[in-house]
Amino acid sequence: MTDIAAPPALTLGQRIDFTSDAARARVRARYRAEARFRLYGLLALVVTAIFLLVLIADILFRGLPAFLHHSLVLDVAVPSDLVEPQKRGDPAAIRSADYFPLVRDALKAAIPGIESRSAEKTLTRLLSTGAADHLAGLVAADPSLIGRTVRVPLLLSADADLYLKGTGTRIAKRWGRGIATPSGVSGEVTIRSSASDFADDLAAVKTLLAGRARQLAAEADRLQRTGSPAVAGRVEELRREAGELHARAGQRQTEETLDASMPSLLVAIDGGLVKATKVSATTVAGEVLLPLSSQAGARGGEWSVNTYITPESARRATDQEIAFLERFRELGKVERHLNTIFLLSGDSREPELAGIRGALVGSALTLLITVVLCVPIGVMAAVYLEEFAPKTRWTDLIEVNINNLAAVPSIVFGLLGLAMFLNFFGLPRSAPLVGGLVLALLVLPTIIIAARAALKAVPPSIKEAALGVGASHQQAVFHHVLPLAMPGIMTGTIIGMAHALGETAPLLMIGMVAFIVDVPKGFTEAATVLPVQIYLWSDLPEVGFQAKTAAAIIVLLLFLFAMNGAAIWLRRRFERRW
Amino acid sequence: MDMPAQSAFTGEQAGHDRKPAAKVVARHVDVFYGDKHAIKDVTVDIAERSVTAFIGPSGCGKSTFLRCINRMNDTIPGCRVSGEILIDGNDIYDPALDVVQLRARVGMVFQKPNPFPKSVFENVAYGPRIHGLARTKADLEEIVVTSLKRAGLFEEVKDRLGDPGTGLSGGQQQRLCIARAIAVEPEVVLMDEPCSALDPIATAKIEELMGELTERYTIVIVTHSMQQAARVSQRTAFFHLGTLVEFGDTQKIFTSPTDERTQDYITGRFG
Repeated sequence: MTDIAAPPALTLGQRIDFTSDAARARVRARYRAEARFRLYGLLALVVTAIFLLVLIADILFRGLPAFLHHSLVLDVAVPSDLVEPQKRGDPAAIRSADYFPLVRDALKAAIPGIESRSAEKTLTRLLSTGAADHLAGLVAADPSLIGRTVRVPLLLSADADLYLKGTGTRIAKRWGRGIATPSGVSGEVTIRSSASDFADDLAAVKTLLAGRARQLAAEADRLQRTGSPAVAGRVEELRREAGELHARAGQRQTEETLDASMPSLLVAIDGGLVKATKVSATTVAGEVLLPLSSQAGARGGEWSVNTYITPESARRATDQEIAFLERFRELGKVERHLNTIFLLSGDSREPELAGIRGALVGSALTLLITVVLCVPIGVMAAVYLEEFAPKTRWTDLIEVNINNLAAVPSIVFGLLGLAMFLNFFGLPRSAPLVGGLVLALLVLPTIIIAARAALKAVPPSIKEAALGVGASHQQAVFHHVLPLAMPGIMTGTIIGMAHALGETAPLLMIGMVAFIVDVPKGFTEAATVLPVQIYLWSDLPEVGFQAKTAAAIIVLLLFLFAMNGAAIWLRRRFERRW
Repeated sequence: MDMPAQSAFTGEQAGHDRKPAAKVVARHVDVFYGDKHAIKDVTVDIAERSVTAFIGPSGCGKSTFLRCINRMNDTIPGCRVSGEILIDGNDIYDPALDVVQLRARVGMVFQKPNPFPKSVFENVAYGPRIHGLARTKADLEEIVVTSLKRAGLFEEVKDRLGDPGTGLSGGQQQRLCIARAIAVEPEVVLMDEPCSALDPIATAKIEELMGELTERYTIVIVTHSMQQAARVSQRTAFFHLGTLVEFGDTQKIFTSPTDERTQDYITGRFG
């Protein structure tokens, strides 16, 4: 640094101290502060990432199973007298025939020997109500199937499907040691074993009873300790029950009755399955779930004792249903495939038949109206306000109010839509046209604000250059300023559209809360949109809809990513052209 | 109006006793930015087909006055211009006059090169296109090529007319801006410190260009560099604090100025 000779009055103080200990300590403190700041930033990022990952993992975990579905592949005999001979060429007549008996017979053919009506009912209810319809569609499409036997995958009900996806129970299997002899092939039977094959099971039951006795005693103690006289009667009861159970648990070599609150005990023998209602060390008495093929005795290693570990009262699938499904699985008749119904069908009351197509199309139509309305109006308004409007008090007022509108809660726009579009103008309820209008009002302020910011950011030298060459103000704006502002405008549009895609409240107000089964074909037909569909499904009681809700969320997110991707691509194209 | 015979007029041609016709005539021009009185009662004649230089210290109003000639000050809110500015005898501040057409007749080159973010060809073709100067594509191409040649840029860009104008070097960009300005065949070209952002070699090229351009156009240049004014201009005006202090032949201003302020500025006493 050169010294500049200066008059004494201008002398500054000492130079900065770089070398003393205090100085070095300051430097170290500064480094530490910087490192701390970087750490905080990193922590913030990590926390956000964790939230995001947990959210995505949860959605994927819940939703991905919905994209697969199980069917039963059965040989269905289509009788030649399904429809009258003269109507064989009439698809309508073929479709309206009764296909349920065909399906039922196919089921019974797969598991022969079922006699009780209740078992038969359980069997037929394993399939979805749409399975017969599906068969009807197949035969109507190809009438040559009449009189033939056709192998057809039949959709399983949501509950059966859920069981097969592994949410039922664990099954423990153990081979029998002695020779087991059944007393019958159906109904109530007894199975006698030459060895004490069931001793362990009996012991397990007794342990359970002892545990239960302890629980009751503890409960009685607790109530007694409260000292309240009103519970004295209950305490008595509990103690008595505990005593009984304890006695039962203590006795040896006796028969125990099984109930639904205990793990289910079953014996698989002679190609059939028996559910135990009473068990002793050597015998099991119970009812037949799957008919036995014969009463022949089975040697050790040819029959097994199966336990369904979760008690029947704690799970959705009954023992009979599980028996059937496991048998179908063993027969190799269960098929897992991609759930195209989810993507190709409209909504339904049955979880396994419900699809998202109606909501997807509805969302697409609604967003189309929104874009077509918002973007031109918003961009033109921004151009006018920014470039052509005289700067008066009125324009200031308008600008303030546009910012206010951007902050208005979305449900207010729904009320506005209800009052104006539905009641005053009489537009059809729940139509994408009205939904699009409401969303356009919602998104318009955002686009105007973003477009104005983008226009302001264009360097004024470009406009001056255009004016200097003799362009009018209008030409300068439209030929030069607006194209340069396009990337910013597109960003604003993306943000606005993403916002609109996820809006539920205003659309509920204009009636999109109805249960719409058909896929909308036009802008004035009743429709629903993805977020509303998610909301409706999340409210339904059937367990099958839980996975569907998560799957719908996945579809919504993918739709969003696709839209964002398209917009980013468009923006890059605009930028590259220059 | 009677037009005197055209001739290539340079400052060194002594003995030429015919005064060149005044293309731009300013009488008692005042410019206000809000309450600030930026230009005070300026009266000056700009001779046609010559280079007139405006010199003066920073903030003296020379750029402001320049921008009055093509009414670019209209874009600045709160700017008022009073007085008379005539081009070929017509008052350019007449409300009946179309500003857009005025700006096609009076072109401008700015301090920092500002080509449009389009191709070289499109930069030059924009003006002719919006003014309808070309009827066919071939006409347009001819205009573009001619303008680029007149700006001395054609040889350097003839192979990359489709490349973006912003990809050229600084000196090339400024010549592109000059080509763009002359493509609409203006009568006057205003240059606001065109070389201040360029290196000496690019500057020399543009100064050479200016000499050639005077064959067809009247040029007014604002410059910080007195040497440049001495090199390129035939007449020079010295501005100081918003007033026109002295105006005359360049030779005379730089060798024997009449006003003391001019003398001080030229000798480097201030500014």
